[in-house]
Amino acid sequence: MLALIPLLPLIGFLINGSWYALGQARGGKAVPATAAGGIATATIGASFVCALMLFLQLLGSEEEARTLEVTLFHWISAGALQIPFTLRFDQLSSLFCLVITGVGSLIHIFSIGYMGHDESPQKFFAYLNLFCAFMLVLVLGGSLPVLFLGWEGVGLCSYLLISYWYTDPDKASAGKKAFIVNRIGDLGFLLGMFLIFTTFGSLDFTALKQLVLTMPVSGGIMTTICLLLFVGCTGKSAQIPLFVWLPDAMAGPTPVSALIHAATMVTSGIYLVSRLSFMFALSPDALCVVATIGAATALFAATIAIAQNDIKKVLAYSTVSQLGYMFLACGVGAYASGVFHVITHAFFKALLFMGAGSVIHGMHEEQDIQKMGGLRRLMPQTFLVFAVGWLAIAGIPPLSGFVSKDEILWMAFASEHGSVALWVVGALTAALTAFYMSRLFILTFLGTPRFKVAEPQDKGHHDHGHGHDHGHGDAAHHGVAVHESPAVMVLPLAVLAVLSAVAGAIGIPHMSWLEHWLHPVLAHAPALRPEVHHETEWVLMGVSVGIAIVGIALAFVIYGNLKTAERFKTQWASLAKILSNKWYVDEFYDALIVKPLNALATILWKFFDVKVIDRIVLSLGDASNQSGALARSLQNGSTQLYAFLMLAGFLSIVGYSLYGIFH
Amino acid sequence: MIPVPVPVILSFCAAIFFIGLAGVLIRRNILVVIMSIELMLNAVNLTLVTFSAALDHPHGQMAVFFIIVVAAVESAVGLGLVIALFRTMRTVDTDQIQLLKG
Amino acid sequence: MSPEAIFFYLFAVMAVAFSLVTVLKRNPAVGAFSLVLVFFSFAGIYAILGAHLVAALQVVVYAGAIMVLLIFVIMLLNADSPSLDMDRTHWTLRALSLAGCATLFAFFVWAFQNGSLFPQPGQFPPQRVAELGGSTKLISYLMFTEYLYPFEVTSALILAGIVGSVTLAKRQKVKRGKA
Repeated sequence: MLALIPLLPLIGFLINGSWYALGQARGGKAVPATAAGGIATATIGASFVCALMLFLQLLGSEEEARTLEVTLFHWISAGALQIPFTLRFDQLSSLFCLVITGVGSLIHIFSIGYMGHDESPQKFFAYLNLFCAFMLVLVLGGSLPVLFLGWEGVGLCSYLLISYWYTDPDKASAGKKAFIVNRIGDLGFLLGMFLIFTTFGSLDFTALKQLVLTMPVSGGIMTTICLLLFVGCTGKSAQIPLFVWLPDAMAGPTPVSALIHAATMVTSGIYLVSRLSFMFALSPDALCVVATIGAATALFAATIAIAQNDIKKVLAYSTVSQLGYMFLACGVGAYASGVFHVITHAFFKALLFMGAGSVIHGMHEEQDIQKMGGLRRLMPQTFLVFAVGWLAIAGIPPLSGFVSKDEILWMAFASEHGSVALWVVGALTAALTAFYMSRLFILTFLGTPRFKVAEPQDKGHHDHGHGHDHGHGDAAHHGVAVHESPAVMVLPLAVLAVLSAVAGAIGIPHMSWLEHWLHPVLAHAPALRPEVHHETEWVLMGVSVGIAIVGIALAFVIYGNLKTAERFKTQWASLAKILSNKWYVDEFYDALIVKPLNALATILWKFFDVKVIDRIVLSLGDASNQSGALARSLQNGSTQLYAFLMLAGFLSIVGYSLYGIFH
Repeated sequence: MIPVPVPVILSFCAAIFFIGLAGVLIRRNILVVIMSIELMLNAVNLTLVTFSAALDHPHGQMAVFFIIVVAAVESAVGLGLVIALFRTMRTVDTDQIQLLKG
Repeated sequence: MSPEAIFFYLFAVMAVAFSLVTVLKRNPAVGAFSLVLVFFSFAGIYAILGAHLVAALQVVVYAGAIMVLLIFVIMLLNADSPSLDMDRTHWTLRALSLAGCATLFAFFVWAFQNGSLFPQPGQFPPQRVAELGGSTKLISYLMFTEYLYPFEVTSALILAGIVGSVTLAKRQKVKRGKA
């Protein structure tokens, strides 16, 4: 049963993948997305059912017995290194499994509609299923190498799906960027794993948990291990300094952004930190770094999000910012709060991304929010669900985003690892989040349309008139025939909207079911700072609500009237420029790393390669040519010359034997 | 029974053999080359007979017998080749016949 | 010096002289006739050494059959034509070859003079050969007993040689017709 959870999506991948391969072999005729998507959805749905049943089983059992384990086969056996392929289903992985398979199923359903006009839906769904399988291996892996298998697998699928429309060079290079940046992080992960093995001699989580308690290890080594693993997390979960790939990853299809780059894969860093919380708990320095990086990323990404005009870019930076929140939570020792935010974020961010996907689909591939507006009337259902997601992420009670975010802010303030400074950064980020999400919402749905609205000519238009390649032509000449998305896309959104609204219930402060549930697997929640009073919690909660409302109100003041927005923008022109250019981080990396590397490569190519290596290789070739020519003059076809050479050989043998006789 | 010292006979054989070898190496007429080879074969035969006599062992003569047979066959085939060669290339000059070129 | 020794030296000088003529003379016909004389000298030396059957075969096969064959071929190829009367190989190759041959010859002579060649006496000293009825009888006996199998194989070789040389020397009618 446990093995079935990752195996089912893998089967879906095999079916769709071989279908696609066979189809390509026979000439690549397009198939309806419904069939391929149906298979994929069925497998991931079945996987969800399995996960749910096991989860209920865990719920029903004693607290000590809440771990299911299955060893599929013996994977690696090399001396002291014994790694069975073990899947372990406990409190933490059960939650992640439910999120992955549940949200994953909804996104699969959504994709059936969204990818309806794609040329190769089998390929898309095969990748999507493969991703789910790897993601499930990642969270179910009972030891670090198995986790790493999933970790690399999701990286691969992320790459494949970002550059899914690989004929566009920009999208292909976005995929490459994601892959390469992740490799830097993976190096850290690997080194951390090696160091764990050399220190503790085991890579299994359960064994490690015991070993950490019994084996005295110097704080320096523990900090090094944690920081190396955290480097891996910054790569996969898009934190400073390796966050640059995530915004570019929006080149992929929108369901991919929702599934991989918002709900699941990017949260694997938080999963890793929570899974190894018993190690992080022993290293206050590492926790401090995690908290600082998390807070800095949260604020930094939020400022960038303000000035972006691409609907998906805004959401991407928002994701980076929210991931920063989660690391902030982990960094102050509140792992349960981090996991809580992972879950609520998965709901509302998947909702927002798919809502954005629905908008993009309805607007015929338009992604610039400056060219939208007034979609409230044209896409009423999307408007409604998007509004829920917006309020949830902005932190309006009682929606889930408020509950989890407030929990993190409280812990950042009150935990023994936290401080007022971390709380201020977090609160500022919350205000900015409310502001830029409101800006996005206002510019997209409210006001009047800033594009030419075309009335649909006939009923059949929806079905064939808006393929991916003729959307823009329509917009230019006849206006945009905006249409509400089909039910197959709206229904998953509605489910997610409900979840976004109510998911906060599992983690209400002081009676948090989640914290209680995760208590056995995570490190103990940190003690509160002595000077913090419990009444402060209510004050801070009020403050964070106030901040969210202020952010939203400010957005309405500025963007409610576009003239105000323009004036505002000209007043702060230089800041706006910096922000819309994302603090020039890409340019900075380009100048600091890419350009010097290119220059070095050019030098190596022009001088070392051409003048040294090529010369060596060519002169070797020349040498063999010339020695060949020399040897060829011996082979001139004259039998007598051959006979003479035989004579010479005989003479030399005689000479050699005489030399032997006389010495 | 052997009238002269064996080393003298053997040296004579060596002389004939190397005269033949020199002929193979320095002459360009393929017919002369074949004749030189016959000289070398004869020198070897004589060596074998000498040893046969010196060691009181008739098997050396048996070897000579077979060598003579093979040499006869060799000359027949070799001369057949010369004729075929001359017919196609109109020459028996070994410098002109360089088909073994690498 | 016994008469056998005198004859040996006579034949030896003759053989060396005529083999030099064979190798050095430009006209292959002259060479062929000198070669006949070399073969006859060899036959004489064989007889002196007591190998009478070999001596007879030398005369019959070499001086008879092979020489006839050679002379036939020389005539066939038109000995008068300048194509048969040609220069020697390149002088460096010639000089090096001669030097090499001379060196090796010197080495061999030196080795024969200083080597120990007789490890043990054989089973057939001359008295025993005489008891058995002479070397010809002995050789013939060996040929049809111990060496019967090689003897038969040799006959197959001869057959193959005949077929091969006939095939080689045969005029190719198709090519002729084309030319």
